[in-house]
Amino acid sequence: MNIYISGVGGQGAGMLSEILVRAIDYAGIDFKAVDTHGLAQRGGTVVSQIRFGEKVYTPLIRSGEAHMCIALELHEALRSMEKFICDGGILVYYDTIWEPLGVRLGNDEKIKEQNILDFCQKHKISAVKAFDKNLVDTRMQNVVILAQIAGKGLIEGVTIELIEKAMEDLMDGKLLETNLKVFRENLS
Amino acid sequence: MKKLGKLLLSKDPFQEIVMGNTALVRAMIESGTEVITSYPGSPTPEIASAISSIEFEKRPFYFEFSTNEKVATEIAYGAAINGQLSTVFFKSVGLNVASDTFMQLSLMNIIGGMIIILGDDPGLHSSQNEQDNRHYAKMSYTPILEPSSPQEAYDYYLKAADLARTKQIPVLLRLTTHVCHTKQKVSFSSWNGPYDKKRSLFNPENGPYIPVTSKVIPMKTRALKNLRAIEDEGISDSFAESVNNNNSKRGIITMGMPYLSLKDVLTQSNWPPDILKLGMTFPLPRQKILHFLKEHEEIKILEELDSEIELMIKALAFDNALSNVKIIGKENVQDWIGEYTPEKITQLLFSCWPDMVKPILSDNREITLSPRPPQLCPGCGHRSAFHAIKKALKADDIKVGDIGCHTLGHLPPYNMGDIVMCMGASPAIASGLSLNKGTRNIIAFMGDSTFFHAAMPSVINAIFNNHNFTMILMENGTTAMTGHQDNPSSGRNFNETVEKIPIRKVLEGFGVEHIFEVDAYKQQELSELVKEAITIEGFSVVIAKHPCMLKLTRQNKNKKSYVLKHVEIDQNICVLHKECIEDFACPSFSIAESGQIVVNQDLCIGDGSCRQTCPVSAINYPSGESL
Repeated sequence: MNIYISGVGGQGAGMLSEILVRAIDYAGIDFKAVDTHGLAQRGGTVVSQIRFGEKVYTPLIRSGEAHMCIALELHEALRSMEKFICDGGILVYYDTIWEPLGVRLGNDEKIKEQNILDFCQKHKISAVKAFDKNLVDTRMQNVVILAQIAGKGLIEGVTIELIEKAMEDLMDGKLLETNLKVFRENLS
Repeated sequence: MKKLGKLLLSKDPFQEIVMGNTALVRAMIESGTEVITSYPGSPTPEIASAISSIEFEKRPFYFEFSTNEKVATEIAYGAAINGQLSTVFFKSVGLNVASDTFMQLSLMNIIGGMIIILGDDPGLHSSQNEQDNRHYAKMSYTPILEPSSPQEAYDYYLKAADLARTKQIPVLLRLTTHVCHTKQKVSFSSWNGPYDKKRSLFNPENGPYIPVTSKVIPMKTRALKNLRAIEDEGISDSFAESVNNNNSKRGIITMGMPYLSLKDVLTQSNWPPDILKLGMTFPLPRQKILHFLKEHEEIKILEELDSEIELMIKALAFDNALSNVKIIGKENVQDWIGEYTPEKITQLLFSCWPDMVKPILSDNREITLSPRPPQLCPGCGHRSAFHAIKKALKADDIKVGDIGCHTLGHLPPYNMGDIVMCMGASPAIASGLSLNKGTRNIIAFMGDSTFFHAAMPSVINAIFNNHNFTMILMENGTTAMTGHQDNPSSGRNFNETVEKIPIRKVLEGFGVEHIFEVDAYKQQELSELVKEAITIEGFSVVIAKHPCMLKLTRQNKNKKSYVLKHVEIDQNICVLHKECIEDFACPSFSIAESGQIVVNQDLCIGDGSCRQTCPVSAINYPSGESL
């Protein structure tokens, strides 16, 4: 299975990927993953790719072969789907907009949630929305997404328990506590 | 929580999910590497992030970020001829900076052994070119290893350390971006350290260490003999692995990340070719390659970037009169460009063996969306500076950019940078432009880390030869683009607090007569100063100073007393001048469906640097709040 994660530098796509990768590993599945580092982390499109299954050689996903796209932002949701998602795949997206430069300067068109839903309908993609209106810290939008994935069992083998175990590997103290709280609140 | 620093020092063997860069650090520890140096540059700085996870007192080696790659190489070399196994790491183009020293390394008897880790960047994820540093291996008579995965990066480092120590030579370990950053579960061995510190072993009799005129000939002979020995002793062959698919007709020779892409592509092939995967690509494993050539009718060579291996293998086939094997190398210009991803490998295989793989259907998946290039963060002092400086310049003035976050100033709407070359190049390029400037003003932008890295000679030259332009030093106190590494003006090095080296004082010491300094948030003042500076005949400097707000905000968010603020647009005042959104262009501003300008609260850090850009003062803090 191939998961293509995208967002804007600073949104926490890397952490989301790291938690998923560890949960996949705890499920005993072979994987390879790769994140964007460097230049793009300054407000550009950032991407994480995870491939897992019986035997995985490369983390690089081919065009049209992502079974799941996870997007932290609406423009990035559409961008990743246009290039990577396979028909019949799953999109999990956080409902927020960080406008790209061209949109802000009024040169390019802005994306609305409806554009995403139209694309999904056309390509038979199940769209799963993540949103927490009470969320104060935007850096935890990734955890709201993880709650959707684990709560709805969207990735076989990746259970709520394994996601929490993975989070415990990567955080501690107050940070872990607040993240677990947000995760659990968004499970239903 | 798993503590990486603890894991890396584990005495027992263990497995952990890490990226290639992190795996290297465990290999450094296990191999007893004593001195490690670097200058930050993608895709390698996460090696230092992993090092920083180990408490300073517990690190079984010395590490520093030096002022540039050449200095870093010289420090590692100095330590290595004193008996310490040493490693220097940097990005692809860093080797250009280091090359003046690097080129002599193989001439020297490096008694401790030395490893040079390169982060090459096929696909240009964060570099100014795609240079293939395997050329340097050949040019300098240095053996080079090319791991394909984090596990192999770890394994190869250990082998490189053995080789460097036993032969007392430099060894290149070339990773590429996606080897540095791929994450997998890596199996590590045990560690018996920390080892006792050796005494100072430098002895001129181990040399000569002085490459002057005719003395160089025996040194060069030694370097060449070492290479020959690596081939003759089968060391090069020992890194080559063959994958037998019982295909006597077709074979593929490949290495590194392209090997993994190939394996991925071949999972869908009914008739896979045999594969010879190289680990050491210079000197070549001649015996294994010759054998492979003889066993097959057609050989495709899959190597990312340049045709290094191809040319050597074709020469080998010619010398051995192997006329029955067809060697297929690069064909189209595109074959020299970009990463060899599974898609690229599929195309390459299809063009020579169309029956082996399915063609990639013409891709109707064009991305129609507005691109999202990297950009200056909310609150960035560079944005304020560019906004102000633009107002001081004429449209035809020439702006020379440099490397760093401020390179992003070339993007719209700032358009502050018509030229960029490499680290520290802007003052000298500006000098050249100023020789025939007519009525145009010449501006060179410079960052603080870049100033110390490579700009000082060209700044001195501007004074020495009396060049006529203005350098604007965008001082943010850190090496921001690569992840906030400290630099000589930060007041800290990697290990401890140190005295700041103030750039202003350095410039004064050089004898710069006209130095202006202002906080980059004071846009009006900055604009006036630039106007004044450009009228000065000769070399002038404007220091536009403001701390990196990404770094500062992250630090502040960890403080209990910190309250995150946001600005808001007073819709009763706003008359849609749009200067905030179209000219200042902080990512926090956008236009709502109602047509009003709004502030994205997820992005705004409440710095308020935008407030002065509004002609009607409509950007304010919510009632009563101020910064």
